[in-house]
Amino acid sequence: MNEIATPLRITPSDLGSEPVSTSVAIDIRDLDFYYGKAHALKDVSMAIPANAVTAIIGPSGCGKSTLLRTINRIYEMYPDQYAAGSIAIDGRNVLDRRYPMSKLRRQVGMVFQKPTPFPSSIRANVAFALSYYERLTKSEMNERIEDALRQAALWDEVKDKLHQSALGLSGGQQQRLCIARAIAVRPEILLLDEATSALDPISTAKIEELIHELRERFTIVTVTHNMQQAARISQRTAFFHLGELIEFGSTSEIFTNPHEQRTRDYITGRFG
Amino acid sequence: MAIPARRRIADVLAFGFALLATLFGLVWLTWILWITLRQGFAALTPSLFTQMTPPPGTSGGLLNAFYGSAVMILLGLMIGAPLGVAAGTYLAEHGRYSRLAGVVSFVNDILLSAPSIVIGLFVYELVVRTSGHFSGYAGAIALAMILLPIVVRTTEESLRLIPDQMREAGFALGLPRWRVTRQILYKAALSAILTGILLGVARITGETAPLLFTALNNQFWSANLNAPLANLPVVIFQYAMSPYDEWHTLAWAGAFVLTTFVLLLNISVRLLARRGRQK
Repeated sequence: MNEIATPLRITPSDLGSEPVSTSVAIDIRDLDFYYGKAHALKDVSMAIPANAVTAIIGPSGCGKSTLLRTINRIYEMYPDQYAAGSIAIDGRNVLDRRYPMSKLRRQVGMVFQKPTPFPSSIRANVAFALSYYERLTKSEMNERIEDALRQAALWDEVKDKLHQSALGLSGGQQQRLCIARAIAVRPEILLLDEATSALDPISTAKIEELIHELRERFTIVTVTHNMQQAARISQRTAFFHLGELIEFGSTSEIFTNPHEQRTRDYITGRFG
Repeated sequence: MAIPARRRIADVLAFGFALLATLFGLVWLTWILWITLRQGFAALTPSLFTQMTPPPGTSGGLLNAFYGSAVMILLGLMIGAPLGVAAGTYLAEHGRYSRLAGVVSFVNDILLSAPSIVIGLFVYELVVRTSGHFSGYAGAIALAMILLPIVVRTTEESLRLIPDQMREAGFALGLPRWRVTRQILYKAALSAILTGILLGVARITGETAPLLFTALNNQFWSANLNAPLANLPVVIFQYAMSPYDEWHTLAWAGAFVLTTFVLLLNISVRLLARRGRQK
Protein backbone atom coordinates (compact mmCIF):
# COMPACT_ATOMS: atom_id res chain seq x y z
CA MET A 1 0.00 0.00 0.00
CA ASN A 2 2.82 2.30 0.82
CA GLU A 3 4.30 1.73 -2.61
CA ILE A 4 1.64 3.89 -4.18
CA ALA A 5 2.21 7.56 -3.79
CA THR A 6 -1.00 9.03 -2.45
CA PRO A 7 -1.17 12.76 -2.91
CA LEU A 8 -1.75 14.64 0.31
CA ARG A 9 -4.80 16.81 0.40
CA ILE A 10 -3.88 19.60 2.68
CA THR A 11 -5.43 22.99 2.36
CA PRO A 12 -3.44 25.95 3.53
CA SER A 13 -5.94 26.55 6.33
CA ASP A 14 -5.04 23.16 7.75
CA LEU A 15 -1.48 24.16 8.25
CA GLY A 16 -0.46 25.53 11.56
CA SER A 17 0.75 28.99 10.77
CA GLU A 18 0.05 30.48 14.15
CA PRO A 19 3.01 31.89 15.95
CA VAL A 20 4.53 29.63 18.53
CA SER A 21 5.94 30.78 21.81
CA THR A 22 9.67 30.91 21.86
CA SER A 23 10.08 29.32 25.27
CA VAL A 24 11.40 25.79 25.20
CA ALA A 25 9.54 23.12 27.17
CA ILE A 26 11.75 20.14 26.41
CA ASP A 27 15.36 20.64 25.42
CA ILE A 28 16.77 17.45 23.96
CA ARG A 29 20.51 17.33 23.40
CA ASP A 30 22.67 14.60 21.88
CA LEU A 31 20.17 11.91 22.74
CA ASP A 32 21.07 8.32 21.94
CA PHE A 33 18.87 5.37 22.73
CA TYR A 34 19.56 1.67 22.68
CA TYR A 35 17.40 -1.43 22.81
CA GLY A 36 20.17 -3.75 23.86
CA LYS A 37 22.59 -3.43 20.97
CA ALA A 38 20.12 -1.84 18.59
CA HIS A 39 20.79 1.87 18.24
CA ALA A 40 17.29 3.32 18.04
CA LEU A 41 17.92 7.06 18.37
CA LYS A 42 21.06 8.62 17.02
CA ASP A 43 22.34 11.88 18.37
CA VAL A 44 19.00 13.63 18.44
CA SER A 45 18.89 17.28 19.43
CA MET A 46 15.71 19.30 19.31
CA ALA A 47 14.04 22.07 21.30
CA ILE A 48 10.34 21.40 21.71
CA PRO A 49 8.40 24.65 22.19
CA ALA A 50 6.08 25.21 25.11
CA ASN A 51 2.28 25.42 24.74
CA ALA A 52 2.27 24.13 21.21
CA VAL A 53 1.65 20.83 19.49
CA THR A 54 4.74 19.16 18.10
CA ALA A 55 4.10 16.21 15.79
CA ILE A 56 6.67 13.47 15.31
CA ILE A 57 6.32 11.71 11.98
CA GLY A 58 8.30 9.09 10.15
CA PRO A 59 8.10 5.50 8.92
CA SER A 60 7.65 2.56 11.29
CA GLY A 61 10.70 1.83 13.36
CA CYS A 62 12.18 5.29 12.89
CA GLY A 63 12.30 5.99 16.61
CA LYS A 64 9.24 8.23 17.04
CA SER A 65 7.71 6.26 19.89
CA THR A 66 11.13 5.67 21.39
CA LEU A 67 11.60 9.41 21.66
CA LEU A 68 8.35 9.76 23.62
CA ARG A 69 9.23 6.83 25.83
CA THR A 70 12.53 8.48 26.63
CA ILE A 71 10.98 11.79 27.67
CA ASN A 72 9.07 10.24 30.60
CA ARG A 73 11.62 7.45 31.12
CA ILE A 74 8.97 4.78 30.81
CA TYR A 75 11.62 2.68 29.07
CA GLU A 76 13.23 2.09 32.45
CA MET A 77 10.58 -0.54 33.10
CA TYR A 78 12.51 -2.85 30.85
CA PRO A 79 16.06 -4.11 31.19
CA ASP A 80 18.56 -3.57 28.37
CA GLN A 81 17.11 -0.22 27.34
CA TYR A 82 19.40 2.76 27.76
CA ALA A 83 19.40 6.43 26.99
CA ALA A 84 22.42 8.72 26.82
CA GLY A 85 22.48 12.48 26.38
CA SER A 86 20.20 14.93 28.07
CA ILE A 87 16.56 15.92 28.11
CA ALA A 88 16.05 19.14 30.02
CA ILE A 89 12.68 20.16 31.41
CA ASP A 90 12.69 23.46 33.29
CA GLY A 91 16.44 23.50 32.98
CA ARG A 92 17.06 20.17 34.69
CA ASN A 93 18.19 16.98 33.01
CA VAL A 94 15.43 14.46 33.64
CA LEU A 95 17.56 11.58 32.39
CA ASP A 96 19.74 12.08 35.43
CA ARG A 97 19.16 9.10 37.72
CA ARG A 98 18.84 11.45 40.66
CA TYR A 99 15.88 13.19 39.08
CA PRO A 100 12.86 11.94 41.05
CA MET A 101 10.70 9.67 38.96
CA SER A 102 7.40 10.65 40.53
CA LYS A 103 8.18 14.31 39.86
CA LEU A 104 8.98 13.57 36.23
CA ARG A 105 5.88 11.46 35.68
CA ARG A 106 3.78 14.15 37.27
CA GLN A 107 5.24 16.77 34.93
CA VAL A 108 4.83 14.56 31.90
CA GLY A 109 1.58 12.74 31.15
CA MET A 110 1.29 10.04 28.52
CA VAL A 111 -1.52 8.55 26.45
CA PHE A 112 -0.97 5.33 24.55
CA GLN A 113 -2.03 3.97 21.21
CA LYS A 114 -4.57 1.57 22.61
CA PRO A 115 -6.90 2.95 25.27
CA THR A 116 -5.75 1.58 28.63
CA PRO A 117 -8.58 2.10 31.10
CA PHE A 118 -7.91 0.51 34.47
CA PRO A 119 -10.42 -2.18 35.45
CA SER A 120 -12.16 0.16 37.89
CA SER A 121 -14.86 2.78 37.89
CA ILE A 122 -14.59 5.86 35.70
CA ARG A 123 -14.10 7.94 38.82
CA ALA A 124 -11.38 5.69 40.23
CA ASN A 125 -9.49 5.86 36.94
CA VAL A 126 -9.04 9.58 37.40
CA ALA A 127 -8.69 9.41 41.17
CA PHE A 128 -5.82 6.90 41.43
CA ALA A 129 -3.00 9.24 40.54
CA LEU A 130 -4.67 12.27 42.11
CA SER A 131 -4.97 10.62 45.49
CA TYR A 132 -1.36 9.51 45.25
CA TYR A 133 0.00 13.00 44.64
CA GLU A 134 -2.33 15.17 46.65
CA ARG A 135 -4.23 15.09 49.93
CA LEU A 136 -7.66 16.22 48.86
CA THR A 137 -10.96 16.36 50.65
CA LYS A 138 -13.80 14.53 49.03
CA SER A 139 -15.31 17.68 47.56
CA GLU A 140 -11.94 18.87 46.26
CA MET A 141 -11.44 15.45 44.74
CA ASN A 142 -14.84 15.58 43.07
CA GLU A 143 -14.05 19.01 41.70
CA ARG A 144 -10.72 17.92 40.29
CA ILE A 145 -12.25 14.83 38.71
CA GLU A 146 -15.03 16.86 37.13
CA ASP A 147 -12.53 19.43 35.97
CA ALA A 148 -10.32 16.81 34.31
CA LEU A 149 -13.26 15.08 32.67
CA ARG A 150 -14.56 18.42 31.38
CA GLN A 151 -11.18 19.31 29.96
CA ALA A 152 -11.12 15.95 28.21
CA ALA A 153 -14.61 16.66 26.79
CA LEU A 154 -15.97 13.58 28.48
CA TRP A 155 -17.91 14.97 31.43
CA ASP A 156 -21.32 15.23 29.79
CA GLU A 157 -21.16 11.65 28.60
CA VAL A 158 -20.14 10.10 31.93
CA LYS A 159 -21.36 12.41 34.70
CA ASP A 160 -24.27 10.11 35.54
CA LYS A 161 -22.23 6.93 35.61
CA LEU A 162 -18.99 7.83 37.36
CA HIS A 163 -19.19 4.70 39.47
CA GLN A 164 -19.63 2.35 36.54
CA SER A 165 -16.74 0.39 35.13
CA ALA A 166 -14.53 2.29 32.70
CA LEU A 167 -14.37 -0.87 30.61
CA GLY A 168 -17.95 -0.27 29.54
CA LEU A 169 -17.06 2.93 27.69
CA SER A 170 -16.51 3.03 23.94
CA GLY A 171 -12.97 3.08 22.61
CA GLY A 172 -13.08 6.82 21.94
CA GLN A 173 -14.49 7.52 25.40
CA GLN A 174 -11.86 5.29 26.98
CA GLN A 175 -9.15 7.23 25.22
CA ARG A 176 -10.57 10.55 26.40
CA LEU A 177 -10.72 9.05 29.89
CA CYS A 178 -7.02 8.27 29.58
CA ILE A 179 -6.42 11.90 28.61
CA ALA A 180 -8.52 13.06 31.57
CA ARG A 181 -6.55 10.78 33.85
CA ALA A 182 -3.30 12.18 32.56
CA ILE A 183 -4.26 15.85 32.84
CA ALA A 184 -5.93 15.47 36.25
CA VAL A 185 -2.56 15.69 37.97
CA ARG A 186 -1.83 18.92 36.06
CA PRO A 187 1.23 18.01 34.05
CA GLU A 188 3.15 20.49 31.94
CA ILE A 189 3.69 18.13 29.06
CA LEU A 190 1.41 15.62 27.39
CA LEU A 191 2.84 12.81 25.28
CA LEU A 192 0.44 11.19 22.81
CA ASP A 193 1.71 7.97 21.29
CA GLU A 194 -0.49 7.47 18.22
CA ALA A 195 -3.40 8.21 20.49
CA THR A 196 -6.00 8.11 17.74
CA SER A 197 -4.76 5.27 15.57
CA ALA A 198 -7.03 2.70 17.21
CA LEU A 199 -10.12 4.90 17.00
CA ASP A 200 -12.89 5.47 14.49
CA PRO A 201 -12.96 8.74 12.50
CA ILE A 202 -15.55 10.43 14.73
CA SER A 203 -13.66 9.67 17.93
CA THR A 204 -10.47 10.75 16.19
CA ALA A 205 -12.02 14.08 15.25
CA LYS A 206 -13.12 14.60 18.86
CA ILE A 207 -9.65 13.96 20.17
CA GLU A 208 -8.07 16.20 17.54
CA GLU A 209 -10.41 18.96 18.63
CA LEU A 210 -9.46 18.26 22.20
CA ILE A 211 -5.76 18.47 21.41
CA HIS A 212 -6.40 21.81 19.79
CA GLU A 213 -7.96 23.12 23.01
CA LEU A 214 -5.45 21.56 25.36
CA ARG A 215 -2.58 23.12 23.49
CA GLU A 216 -3.07 26.38 25.35
CA ARG A 217 -2.42 24.75 28.71
CA PHE A 218 0.00 21.99 27.88
CA THR A 219 3.00 21.30 25.76
CA ILE A 220 1.89 18.44 23.55
CA VAL A 221 4.14 16.02 21.72
CA THR A 222 2.26 13.63 19.48
CA VAL A 223 3.52 10.70 17.47
CA THR A 224 1.39 9.93 14.46
CA HIS A 225 1.37 7.79 11.35
CA ASN A 226 -1.31 9.96 9.89
CA MET A 227 0.27 12.89 8.06
CA GLN A 228 -2.99 14.71 7.49
CA GLN A 229 -3.46 14.59 11.21
CA ALA A 230 0.02 15.94 11.86
CA ALA A 231 -0.72 18.77 9.46
CA ARG A 232 -4.09 19.48 11.04
CA ILE A 233 -3.17 19.57 14.68
CA SER A 234 0.47 20.57 15.03
CA GLN A 235 2.45 23.77 14.83
CA ARG A 236 5.81 22.03 14.71
CA THR A 237 6.70 18.83 12.94
CA ALA A 238 9.77 16.65 13.29
CA PHE A 239 10.57 14.01 10.71
CA PHE A 240 12.53 10.96 11.86
CA HIS A 241 14.12 8.31 9.72
CA LEU A 242 16.14 5.31 10.92
CA GLY A 243 16.66 6.83 14.35
CA GLU A 244 17.83 10.19 13.09
CA LEU A 245 16.07 13.50 13.27
CA ILE A 246 16.07 14.52 9.63
CA GLU A 247 14.18 17.75 9.81
CA PHE A 248 12.38 19.79 12.44
CA GLY A 249 10.53 22.96 11.72
CA SER A 250 7.17 24.64 11.50
CA THR A 251 4.49 22.30 10.25
CA SER A 252 3.66 24.45 7.25
CA GLU A 253 7.28 24.46 6.17
CA ILE A 254 7.76 20.71 6.59
CA PHE A 255 4.66 19.96 4.56
CA THR A 256 4.97 22.55 1.83
CA ASN A 257 8.63 23.25 1.49
CA PRO A 258 10.84 20.67 3.21
CA HIS A 259 14.57 21.19 2.95
CA GLU A 260 15.54 17.56 2.94
CA GLN A 261 14.92 15.20 0.07
CA ARG A 262 14.02 12.36 2.48
CA THR A 263 11.34 14.49 4.14
CA ARG A 264 9.94 15.37 0.74
CA ASP A 265 9.91 11.70 -0.29
CA TYR A 266 8.14 10.67 2.90
CA ILE A 267 5.41 13.27 2.90
CA THR A 268 4.68 12.70 -0.75
CA GLY A 269 4.36 9.00 0.01
CA ARG A 270 7.40 7.77 -1.85
CA PHE A 271 8.38 5.55 1.07
CA GLY A 272 7.37 4.76 4.61
CA MET B 1 -20.19 -24.36 -1.79
CA ALA B 2 -20.42 -28.02 -0.95
CA ILE B 3 -18.03 -29.31 1.67
CA PRO B 4 -16.04 -32.29 0.34
CA ALA B 5 -17.12 -35.64 1.75
CA ARG B 6 -13.69 -36.30 3.24
CA ARG B 7 -13.82 -33.17 5.32
CA ARG B 8 -17.32 -33.93 6.50
CA ILE B 9 -16.28 -37.41 7.57
CA ALA B 10 -13.24 -36.04 9.37
CA ASP B 11 -15.47 -33.53 11.13
CA VAL B 12 -17.96 -36.17 12.25
CA LEU B 13 -15.13 -38.44 13.43
CA ALA B 14 -13.38 -35.69 15.39
CA PHE B 15 -16.62 -34.59 16.97
CA GLY B 16 -17.52 -38.18 17.80
CA PHE B 17 -14.16 -38.77 19.49
CA ALA B 18 -14.43 -35.58 21.48
CA LEU B 19 -17.92 -36.55 22.62
CA LEU B 20 -16.79 -40.03 23.58
CA ALA B 21 -13.84 -38.68 25.54
CA THR B 22 -16.12 -36.30 27.43
CA LEU B 23 -18.58 -39.07 28.21
CA PHE B 24 -15.70 -41.30 29.31
CA GLY B 25 -14.64 -38.70 31.85
CA LEU B 26 -18.18 -38.02 33.03
CA VAL B 27 -18.97 -41.72 33.45
CA TRP B 28 -16.29 -42.10 36.12
CA LEU B 29 -17.38 -39.04 38.01
CA THR B 30 -21.04 -40.05 38.10
CA TRP B 31 -20.04 -43.61 38.89
CA ILE B 32 -17.94 -42.50 41.85
CA LEU B 33 -20.69 -40.25 43.10
CA TRP B 34 -23.29 -42.98 42.60
CA ILE B 35 -21.33 -45.70 44.40
CA THR B 36 -20.34 -43.49 47.33
CA LEU B 37 -23.95 -42.34 47.57
CA ARG B 38 -25.36 -45.89 47.45
CA GLN B 39 -22.85 -47.37 49.87
CA GLY B 40 -22.93 -44.49 52.28
CA PHE B 41 -26.66 -43.80 51.99
CA ALA B 42 -27.44 -45.43 55.29
CA ALA B 43 -25.09 -43.02 57.08
CA LEU B 44 -26.26 -39.89 55.24
CA THR B 45 -28.45 -38.72 58.07
CA PRO B 46 -28.37 -35.57 60.18
CA SER B 47 -26.38 -37.48 62.78
CA LEU B 48 -23.51 -37.64 60.26
CA PHE B 49 -23.03 -33.95 60.95
CA THR B 50 -23.92 -33.93 64.64
CA GLN B 51 -22.22 -36.97 66.13
CA MET B 52 -18.61 -37.99 66.65
CA THR B 53 -16.82 -40.87 65.02
CA PRO B 54 -18.08 -43.92 66.88
CA PRO B 55 -16.24 -46.86 68.37
CA PRO B 56 -16.82 -50.13 66.52
CA GLY B 57 -20.29 -51.56 66.82
CA THR B 58 -22.13 -48.32 67.62
CA SER B 59 -23.58 -45.67 65.40
CA GLY B 60 -22.18 -42.16 65.05
CA GLY B 61 -21.24 -39.43 62.64
CA LEU B 62 -18.23 -37.57 61.32
CA LEU B 63 -18.63 -34.22 63.01
CA ASN B 64 -15.16 -34.16 64.56
CA ALA B 65 -13.62 -35.13 61.21
CA PHE B 66 -15.54 -32.44 59.32
CA TYR B 67 -14.54 -29.89 61.92
CA GLY B 68 -10.87 -30.88 61.94
CA SER B 69 -10.69 -30.89 58.15
CA ALA B 70 -12.41 -27.53 57.91
CA VAL B 71 -10.09 -25.95 60.49
CA MET B 72 -6.92 -27.31 58.91
CA ILE B 73 -8.00 -26.37 55.38
CA LEU B 74 -8.88 -22.88 56.57
CA LEU B 75 -5.62 -22.48 58.44
CA GLY B 76 -3.67 -23.94 55.52
CA LEU B 77 -5.47 -21.47 53.26
CA MET B 78 -4.65 -18.58 55.57
CA ILE B 79 -0.97 -19.50 55.54
CA GLY B 80 -0.61 -20.66 51.96
CA ALA B 81 -2.75 -18.20 50.00
CA PRO B 82 -1.18 -14.88 51.10
CA LEU B 83 2.32 -16.32 50.77
CA GLY B 84 1.45 -17.74 47.39
CA VAL B 85 -0.07 -14.51 46.09
CA ALA B 86 2.95 -12.56 47.37
CA ALA B 87 5.45 -14.95 45.79
CA GLY B 88 3.49 -15.06 42.53
CA THR B 89 3.47 -11.26 42.49
CA TYR B 90 7.21 -11.23 43.01
CA LEU B 91 7.75 -13.64 40.14
CA ALA B 92 5.45 -11.80 37.73
CA GLU B 93 6.26 -8.22 38.69
CA HIS B 94 9.22 -7.35 40.87
CA GLY B 95 11.54 -10.20 40.00
CA ARG B 96 10.64 -10.36 36.37
CA TYR B 97 14.12 -10.09 35.04
CA SER B 98 16.07 -11.37 38.02
CA ARG B 99 17.96 -14.62 38.19
CA LEU B 100 16.61 -15.29 41.67
CA ALA B 101 13.07 -15.29 40.29
CA GLY B 102 14.09 -17.90 37.73
CA VAL B 103 15.41 -20.12 40.51
CA VAL B 104 12.33 -19.56 42.67
CA SER B 105 10.08 -20.39 39.75
CA PHE B 106 12.00 -23.61 39.08
CA VAL B 107 11.89 -24.67 42.73
CA ASN B 108 8.19 -23.90 42.79
CA ASP B 109 7.68 -26.25 39.86
CA ILE B 110 9.41 -29.00 41.81
CA LEU B 111 7.26 -28.30 44.86
CA LEU B 112 4.20 -28.35 42.63
CA SER B 113 4.91 -31.88 41.47
CA ALA B 114 6.32 -33.22 44.73
CA PRO B 115 4.39 -36.25 45.98
CA SER B 116 2.22 -35.14 48.87
CA ILE B 117 3.52 -37.94 51.06
CA VAL B 118 6.97 -36.35 50.84
CA ILE B 119 5.49 -33.08 52.08
CA GLY B 120 3.88 -35.05 54.92
CA LEU B 121 7.20 -36.63 55.88
CA PHE B 122 8.95 -33.27 55.66
CA VAL B 123 6.49 -31.61 58.02
CA TYR B 124 6.67 -34.67 60.24
CA GLU B 125 10.40 -34.14 60.63
CA LEU B 126 10.07 -30.39 60.88
CA VAL B 127 7.13 -30.00 63.25
CA VAL B 128 5.97 -33.32 64.67
CA ARG B 129 9.42 -34.57 65.67
CA THR B 130 10.59 -31.26 67.08
CA SER B 131 7.37 -30.67 69.04
CA GLY B 132 7.17 -34.29 70.07
CA HIS B 133 3.55 -34.92 69.07
CA PHE B 134 1.13 -34.93 66.18
CA SER B 135 -0.97 -31.79 65.88
CA GLY B 136 -3.54 -29.91 63.87
CA TYR B 137 -0.96 -27.19 63.35
CA ALA B 138 1.38 -29.64 61.66
CA GLY B 139 -1.51 -30.77 59.44
CA ALA B 140 -2.33 -27.20 58.48
CA ILE B 141 1.31 -26.49 57.66
CA ALA B 142 1.48 -29.56 55.45
CA LEU B 143 -1.69 -28.51 53.63
CA ALA B 144 -0.35 -24.98 53.26
CA MET B 145 2.79 -26.36 51.62
CA ILE B 146 0.69 -28.20 49.08
CA LEU B 147 -1.50 -25.17 48.44
CA LEU B 148 1.40 -22.74 48.19
CA PRO B 149 2.95 -23.73 44.83
CA ILE B 150 -0.48 -23.91 43.19
CA VAL B 151 -1.29 -20.37 44.26
CA VAL B 152 2.20 -19.14 43.32
CA ARG B 153 1.87 -20.54 39.83
CA THR B 154 -1.69 -19.37 39.14
CA THR B 155 -1.01 -15.89 40.55
CA GLU B 156 2.09 -15.54 38.42
CA GLU B 157 0.30 -16.76 35.30
CA SER B 158 -2.71 -14.52 35.79
CA LEU B 159 -0.55 -11.43 36.36
CA ARG B 160 1.56 -12.24 33.33
CA LEU B 161 -1.57 -12.39 31.19
CA ILE B 162 -2.17 -8.69 31.81
CA PRO B 163 -0.62 -6.78 28.92
CA ASP B 164 2.37 -4.59 29.76
CA GLN B 165 0.42 -1.60 28.45
CA MET B 166 -1.58 -1.66 31.66
CA ARG B 167 1.62 -1.42 33.71
CA GLU B 168 3.00 1.30 31.44
CA ALA B 169 -0.21 3.27 31.85
CA GLY B 170 0.08 3.04 35.62
CA PHE B 171 3.77 3.89 35.71
CA ALA B 172 3.29 6.75 33.25
CA LEU B 173 0.99 8.35 35.82
CA GLY B 174 3.86 8.18 38.25
CA LEU B 175 2.29 5.53 40.46
CA PRO B 176 4.86 3.42 42.28
CA ARG B 177 5.00 -0.29 41.55
CA TRP B 178 3.14 -1.44 44.62
CA ARG B 179 0.26 0.91 43.83
CA VAL B 180 0.11 -0.24 40.24
CA THR B 181 0.09 -3.84 41.45
CA ARG B 182 -2.47 -3.34 44.18
CA GLN B 183 -4.87 -0.91 42.55
CA ILE B 184 -4.67 -1.97 38.94
CA LEU B 185 -3.12 -5.38 38.34
CA TYR B 186 -4.75 -7.26 41.24
CA LYS B 187 -8.08 -5.90 40.13
CA ALA B 188 -7.53 -7.02 36.58
CA ALA B 189 -6.42 -10.48 37.70
CA LEU B 190 -8.77 -10.88 40.66
CA SER B 191 -10.99 -13.65 39.38
CA ALA B 192 -8.05 -15.59 37.96
CA ILE B 193 -6.17 -15.40 41.26
CA LEU B 194 -9.26 -16.44 43.25
CA THR B 195 -9.77 -19.29 40.82
CA GLY B 196 -6.25 -20.50 41.55
CA ILE B 197 -6.82 -20.32 45.29
CA LEU B 198 -10.09 -22.26 45.06
CA LEU B 199 -8.46 -24.91 42.90
CA GLY B 200 -5.76 -25.19 45.55
CA VAL B 201 -8.41 -25.62 48.25
CA ALA B 202 -10.08 -28.32 46.19
CA ARG B 203 -6.74 -30.06 45.95
CA ILE B 204 -5.90 -29.98 49.67
CA THR B 205 -9.42 -30.99 50.66
CA GLY B 206 -8.77 -34.54 49.59
CA GLU B 207 -5.15 -34.88 50.65
CA THR B 208 -4.64 -37.83 52.95
CA ALA B 209 -0.95 -38.68 52.98
CA PRO B 210 0.33 -35.39 54.44
CA LEU B 211 -2.25 -35.51 57.24
CA LEU B 212 -1.41 -39.09 58.13
CA PHE B 213 2.03 -37.96 59.22
CA THR B 214 1.05 -34.70 60.82
CA ALA B 215 -2.47 -34.35 62.21
CA LEU B 216 -2.84 -38.11 62.58
CA ASN B 217 -6.44 -38.59 63.68
CA ASN B 218 -8.61 -38.33 66.72
CA GLN B 219 -11.51 -40.52 67.62
CA PHE B 220 -13.02 -37.84 69.84
CA TRP B 221 -14.07 -34.25 69.65
CA SER B 222 -11.09 -31.96 69.97
CA ALA B 223 -10.70 -28.33 69.08
CA ASN B 224 -7.13 -28.25 70.27
CA LEU B 225 -4.90 -27.55 67.31
CA ASN B 226 -1.86 -28.48 69.32
CA ALA B 227 -2.98 -32.10 69.58
CA PRO B 228 -3.88 -34.83 67.10
CA LEU B 229 -6.89 -33.69 65.12
CA ALA B 230 -9.59 -35.71 63.41
CA ASN B 231 -9.93 -35.14 59.68
CA LEU B 232 -12.04 -36.54 56.92
CA PRO B 233 -9.48 -38.12 54.58
CA VAL B 234 -7.69 -40.05 57.30
CA VAL B 235 -10.98 -41.15 58.87
CA ILE B 236 -12.12 -42.43 55.50
CA PHE B 237 -8.83 -44.23 55.08
CA GLN B 238 -8.95 -45.89 58.49
CA TYR B 239 -12.64 -46.74 58.43
CA ALA B 240 -12.46 -48.15 54.94
CA MET B 241 -9.61 -50.41 56.03
CA SER B 242 -11.47 -51.60 59.11
CA PRO B 243 -13.44 -54.85 59.39
CA TYR B 244 -16.63 -53.13 60.69
CA ASP B 245 -19.68 -52.56 58.50
CA GLU B 246 -20.78 -49.37 60.31
CA TRP B 247 -17.37 -47.88 59.72
CA HIS B 248 -17.49 -48.83 56.05
CA THR B 249 -20.82 -47.07 55.66
CA LEU B 250 -19.48 -43.97 57.40
CA ALA B 251 -16.39 -43.99 55.18
CA TRP B 252 -18.61 -44.12 52.09
CA ALA B 253 -20.73 -41.28 53.37
CA GLY B 254 -17.61 -39.25 54.12
CA ALA B 255 -16.29 -39.95 50.64
CA PHE B 256 -19.57 -38.82 49.15
CA VAL B 257 -19.55 -35.54 51.08
CA LEU B 258 -15.90 -34.96 50.19
CA THR B 259 -16.41 -35.61 46.48
CA THR B 260 -19.52 -33.45 46.38
CA PHE B 261 -17.68 -30.63 48.13
CA VAL B 262 -14.80 -30.75 45.67
CA LEU B 263 -17.26 -30.89 42.79
CA LEU B 264 -19.12 -27.82 44.06
CA LEU B 265 -15.83 -26.03 44.58
CA ASN B 266 -14.83 -26.75 40.99
CA ILE B 267 -18.18 -25.59 39.68
CA SER B 268 -17.79 -22.29 41.53
CA VAL B 269 -14.30 -21.99 40.06
CA ARG B 270 -15.81 -22.30 36.60
CA LEU B 271 -18.45 -19.70 37.36
CA LEU B 272 -15.82 -17.35 38.75
CA ALA B 273 -13.57 -17.80 35.73
CA ARG B 274 -16.49 -17.14 33.40
CA ARG B 275 -17.33 -13.97 35.26
CA GLY B 276 -13.71 -12.90 34.92
CA ARG B 277 -13.79 -13.42 31.18
CA GLN B 278 -16.98 -11.45 30.74
CA LYS B 279 -15.38 -8.51 32.46
